Formats: sequence, structure tokens, C-alpha cells
Amino acid sequence: MITYLQDHFQQTVERFYTHAWLAVLPLVIGLVLAIPLGWLASRYRRVYPGVINLAGLLYTLPSVALFVIMPSIIHTKILSPINVVVALTIYTVALMVRVIADALLSVPADVRSAAVAMGFTGLGRFLRVDLPIAVPVIVAGARVAAASNVGLVSVGALIGVNQLGSLFTEGFTLDVGSIVLLGILLCVLLALILDTTIVLTGRRLTTWQRAVS
Amino acid sequence: MGVIWDYLGNSAHWSGPEGVPARVLEHLEYTFLALAFVCLIALPLGLFVGHTGRGSVAIAGSANALRALPDFGLLVYVVLLISGRLPASLAYLLPSILVLVILGIPAVLSATYAGIQAVDPAARDAAKGMGMTGSQVLWRVEVPNAMPLILSGVRSSMLQIVATATIAAYVSLGGLGRFILDGQSQRDYSQMAAGAVLVGVLAIVLDLLVAGIQRLVVSPGVTGRFRTAGPRRRPVLISSSQEGSVVPTT
Amino acid sequence: MIKFDSVVKRYPDGTTAVDGLDLVAPSGQITVLVGPSGCGKTTSLRMVNRMVEPTSGTVWLDDRNTASVPAAQLRRGIGYVIQQAGLFPHRTIADNIATVPLLLGWDKRKARQRSMELMERVGLPTELAGRYPAQLSGGQQQRVGVARALAADPPVMLMDEPFSAVDPVVRAELQNEFLRLQSELDKTILFVTHDIDEAVKLGDEVGVMRVGGKLAQLATPAELLAAPVDDFVAGFVGRDRGYRSLGFRAAGDLPLVKEPTVPLGADQAEAAREARDGWVLAVDGDGRPQGWVDVRQLRRGATVEPELLHRGGTVAKEDDSLRAALDAALSAPSGRGVIADGEGRLLGTITAREVVERIDAQRNTDEAREPEPAARGRE
Repeated sequence: MITYLQDHFQQTVERFYTHAWLAVLPLVIGLVLAIPLGWLASRYRRVYPGVINLAGLLYTLPSVALFVIMPSIIHTKILSPINVVVALTIYTVALMVRVIADALLSVPADVRSAAVAMGFTGLGRFLRVDLPIAVPVIVAGARVAAASNVGLVSVGALIGVNQLGSLFTEGFTLDVGSIVLLGILLCVLLALILDTTIVLTGRRLTTWQRAVS
Repeated sequence: MGVIWDYLGNSAHWSGPEGVPARVLEHLEYTFLALAFVCLIALPLGLFVGHTGRGSVAIAGSANALRALPDFGLLVYVVLLISGRLPASLAYLLPSILVLVILGIPAVLSATYAGIQAVDPAARDAAKGMGMTGSQVLWRVEVPNAMPLILSGVRSSMLQIVATATIAAYVSLGGLGRFILDGQSQRDYSQMAAGAVLVGVLAIVLDLLVAGIQRLVVSPGVTGRFRTAGPRRRPVLISSSQEGSVVPTT
Repeated sequence: MIKFDSVVKRYPDGTTAVDGLDLVAPSGQITVLVGPSGCGKTTSLRMVNRMVEPTSGTVWLDDRNTASVPAAQLRRGIGYVIQQAGLFPHRTIADNIATVPLLLGWDKRKARQRSMELMERVGLPTELAGRYPAQLSGGQQQRVGVARALAADPPVMLMDEPFSAVDPVVRAELQNEFLRLQSELDKTILFVTHDIDEAVKLGDEVGVMRVGGKLAQLATPAELLAAPVDDFVAGFVGRDRGYRSLGFRAAGDLPLVKEPTVPLGADQAEAAREARDGWVLAVDGDGRPQGWVDVRQLRRGATVEPELLHRGGTVAKEDDSLRAALDAALSAPSGRGVIADGEGRLLGTITAREVVERIDAQRNTDEAREPEPAARGRE
């Protein structure tokens, strides 16, 4: 494994970065899209079942199926990494919409009333009261989404996208287990890095919780 | 878009050992085989840990750790490791099923454990105080009330297995992933797309099946299905495993 | 009968929850254990059905040592009611109630019948039988809890703060119904509460425990109020002891004064004629008091209508306690407390001064005598 790394260092690093981008971009875009959608679902009860069921449906679909179907829907080439990004964004949104909707719904009613009574309105209240309280649950969901994404990006090797998953396919075709193992370890490393970043960001956003404990 | 239907439209593709029905059957076999083992291992373990409270730290820890592993990588690695020592017929099947089972266990295990833990402690106390033995409390009170979470874990696990079994075509397994991979090597996008659609449909159908079972098996007193007002939010487990870990409700 | 014989519960970390408890809860009576948090009352209760195992000492149920019977079997013969009811969410009300009978192997139909019977007994409408606990209110859930404990007709019942989780109005209702039930059933009941008022209201005997698991005093409620054994018990029992102890003394034959009345609908002239000191009592067709009328507020030509009635005064029954009589007198706007018979018909009135004279007279004559229990106060 070490020799492989030495011989292919540059390529491996490039693959690591590509993998990281392909995992993080959908996560961020997905979160950004899921927040308003989740808020809509939590605010308007009639919309909730429809949104949640659609999200559920999308989440049920295996990711590799989405990777393959994407080109025909958005007219990209099959090899293009955009397929992966779009598919994983859909995945992230599908997962996070429900998490965010439920997190917002779980903000205690009396906290909300107090905020309104103090003069917080609309967007201000949402950003400063609801969202911060919902952060811990959202963080938990984001961690799952991040780990999922790292694993799913590697499947992209099957449709020819060059990232850490390519180490799996290379290792398999060459019948060299250590290359595969390298790929696994790097994926785990990436997942851990993302996980830690999310947890730390979450902590930053919930200083009030730390003050209590 | 129409290109998707080219492959499926061709009746030749619906017969024989490489036809659609055969592949669907293979995929179902892998899925149910793996799921059966997952339940066999994870359900009793989850019930035990939930009921007695012992080993809960180990569970939580391992569930989180497994989350970081890439399914695809694990699949390839185990196959490389083991297949050489197996007779040809099992060479790829056994390691693949093994990995499917390993990856499927965390979802069921943590859901079962969480489900049992979430049972109203007052109900548990009352059950014991009324004279139920330990196992009576488990089977008559804890399990029925934990069913929503347990079934959501099974659902989660099943979807993950379906997805990973698709990828397992790469390591020479049959099933619907074959269309995707063969389609790619033959540069036949229509075949790839057919595989993707079939897998998607299968996943949805199986999901609805479990949802149906859920509706039949779980007491209305637990789901709150007697209520008419508003959306019913059932407990969702943010769990450890990768694909398909958080299960939406229908 | 439940008997605690030098029962001790000590935990591995050294805390002593119950320290040498010697207590007899007589058969057919309600014995209440009361005390502050940490006094060991709940632990003691739970040692009767072995939800907690004693470190040393013995708990007897009649002539059986509870440790000699397998725990599950023991518990099936004891009714157990807890604060949060602990109903099974996944079972209907009827199935919840039938739990122990079915555990004991009763025929399903018989168990179902019993459920229905008990629902009526505890005051639940039978339409609720097919509902689930989540569909019931807190008070209803507690009633189901009691019904469930009674299902197999156990001679002994253990109740751990069963009425604490509901609001005061519901709690009073549940307490009254519970007393009614017990008068029909005569079970041996060990009841735990942190509320001294509840203890005094419900208990035939009350055991006050102090932190550290020691029994400070075991006595009837009247004795407890009249003669607390030390400062702790006195403090725990609280203030107004003198006044509250009046609840346990019968009014006896109070010297009632005949009270002039007017029927509802009477005109102002008649009201003015019958009134004494500006107030007249209005009654219905059966002679039941409805309320006081302030004739000075009545306009010429007006009639006595329900909206004009002053309903401030309470009505005491003829067999009620001195406390009820005194309260009737103190609360009546006219200063004359209304006393009625068993059916609620007016017997006469009495002033506060006359009640106090009676209290003094009783005190002087029964220094040595045990106080008579009055009809249990429904305050």
C-alpha cells in the first residue's frame, strides 16, 4: 500500500480532493435548498405530507440508479461528475427536508410565543430563534448525510467518475487488496474530517447549549 | 428520455437467464437472504441490549463507526480477500452476501435498541408490577410498542441492501445491477437506464410492502392512527448506516 | 394485612432508603404512608410486591412471607397503581384492564365481561372500551389504572401517588370516587403520597415517615392532627391543624334556628317581609336551599330570580362535621349557616358563634374520650 501511495501520490491526492468536492458540494447545496423546503413543510400543515412523501420516495431510490438516470434528465454525458453532484444533492435534500421540518416543529411553542412577544418577526425570528434551537437535530442529520455522501461518491467510479472510488475499481481489476484498502482508509479519513467539521460548526452555532452544560 | 424504454420494450430481454424477470428474482433472492440474516442477528441482539440495558455503549459506538465505511469499497475488499479460497460457485456470492449482512446490521440493531428503550418506563414498571415475567414484559409490552422503530430499521436496512446488491454486480453478482454494468461495458445506455429504472421500481415496491406490513402489524394505539387531525409524525431514526438510513414515513 | 417486620433497604453505595420499618397495615383499611422526598415511602411500598427487594427484614401478607412466593406470582395477587398510570399504549382500554385476569388464565369472555364491569365501577363510560390510552384524558387514564389493578379482585392494593399527576379538581373527584369504591370493596390498601391533605382525607391510618426511612408516627388522621409526636411531624402536618381537625368531629345535634324562606319567583314584598337583617333564603319546590337574597338590592316590583341569588354560602349536611358547619356559618353572607338533611332539604340555620360554643362544649366533655369519626369529609 505504501509503495502504491508513493508511486501514485499526486493522482491519489487529486482523487481525494475531487472526492471531497463531490461529497461536500451536494451537502451544502442540499442544506441550502432543504432549509426553505423544510420550513415550508413545518409551517403549512397541508404541505407537510406531500413534501415528506416525495422526499421519502426520492430517498428510497438507490443512488446508483439516480447516477445512471441523471444524464437522460439533465442531458449530461454519462461520465460527467455533474451527474453525481445533482443526484447527491437530490439525496441530501430528500434526507434533510424531513430532518429540518421535524426539527423546526420541535421548537417548543412557548419559546416561540416568547420570541413573538419580544418583537421578533418573520425571517428575523426564524434565523435567530427557530433555527438555532433546531441546530442540534440538523447537525445530526447533516452528519448522516455527509457520511452517506462520501460512500456514495465512491460508487461514481462505476460510471467512470475519477475519485477515491477509482481505487476500488483499480484494486479489483489488478487483484491487489491493499489498493482497495487504501481507498477505504482515505474514505474513512474524509468522512471523519467532514464529521468533525460539522460537529464543530454545530458547536459554534449553539454556544448557548454549552454554556448550560 | 425515450431511450430508456428501448431496452425494456424489447421482448427478447424479458426471457431467459439474463432476462428481466430472472434478474429481478436474483436481486430479490440476494435481498431477502441478506435481510434474513440481518434480522436473525440484529433483532435478538437489539432486543437483548434494549431490554437488559447491557452493552448499549458498544452498540452506539460501533453503529457510529460503521457509518464512515464506504459500502462499495468494503464489498470489493472482502471479495478480494475471501473469494480466492472459496469454490467457484460461491466465490462471489458468499463474500457479497457477507458484506450485505454486515452493512445491513447497524440499521436494524440501533432501531431495535432505540425502539425498546423508547417504551414508556411507566408501562414497563406497571407490567412488571402486575406480575409479568421478564420475557412477558418483553414480548407483550416492549416489542409491540417498539414496532414502529423496529420496522423502520428493517425498512432502512432493506433499502440499503437493495442498493448495495445493485453495486455488487461489479463483483460478478447477478441481479439488476447487471443491466447497469453490462450496459456500460456494451455502451448500451438503454440497458443501463433499464437497470436503473428497474432497481428504482423494485426499491419503491419493497418499501411500500414494508409500509403495508407496518400498518397491519402495529397497534393503532401506538401509531396514533385513530387521530384525524394533521400529519402524523412517526419517530425517525437518524442512524449510523449509509444509504437509506433515515426512513421516510408514508 | 400487610406487615413490615424490621424491614431495611440499603443500597450498595451506602444510602439507607428504609431503616428498620415496623408497620402493620390492617386488613380492609387504607393505610397511607406520607412524607417528604427521600423518606422511603415509595421504596417501602415497592418492597411489598418485591419490585424492590429488602436488604433485611420480612414483609408479610397475612401469614405469608412475601419472599417465599415467586415474585411474578406474588404480584398477580396484588393490585398495583402508579402515578403515571403506565397503561399499555398498544392495547385498548378493555384489554388493558383485562391484563391480570388473562395472565392468570381466565376465559377471554369472562375477562372481557370483568373489564366492562370495572369500567362502570370506576365511573368510565363503556364507549371508551375500544379506545386507546392516548385518546383518554389524564383523569380517565388514572381510572383505567385503578380498574386494571382491581381486575383480578386482589385483596391487597398498592397505590403510589396515583392521583398526583392530575389537576386539583380532577384529583378531588378521583379521591372521592376512590373512597366510595373502598366503602364497597373493603380492600387492604397501602397508599403513598407526599400530600398531607390527601393522606388525612383518605387514610384510616396515616404513617408519617422522615428522610432516612424511619417511621415517625403512625396514627389516625384525627390523632395526627391533634397530637403530632414531634416537631418534624407537626411541621409536616402543617398549619391550620386545629381547624382541620374539626373535620373529624361530628356536629351532633346543633341547636338550629328555624329560617324563614321564600320560594323562587316570590315577589319583592314577600321577600322583604320574611327577611331578617336584610337577607332571606330562597328555596326550590322541594325545600332545597338555592341561595341568599339581599332584599336591599331587590327593586320594587321585582321577583326573586336565580340570577339575583347570592350563592356564596356553603351548605352543611346534618351529619357533617363541625368544620362543615362552621364553614357554612362563616361563608353565608347573612351570617347564618345553612344546614340541610340528607336529601338536601333545609333543616335550619346556625351562627358561627353557636358553632364555636358547641366546639368548646365538646372539648370540655371529651378530654378523655376518643374523637368520633364524622362522615368522611368531602371538602
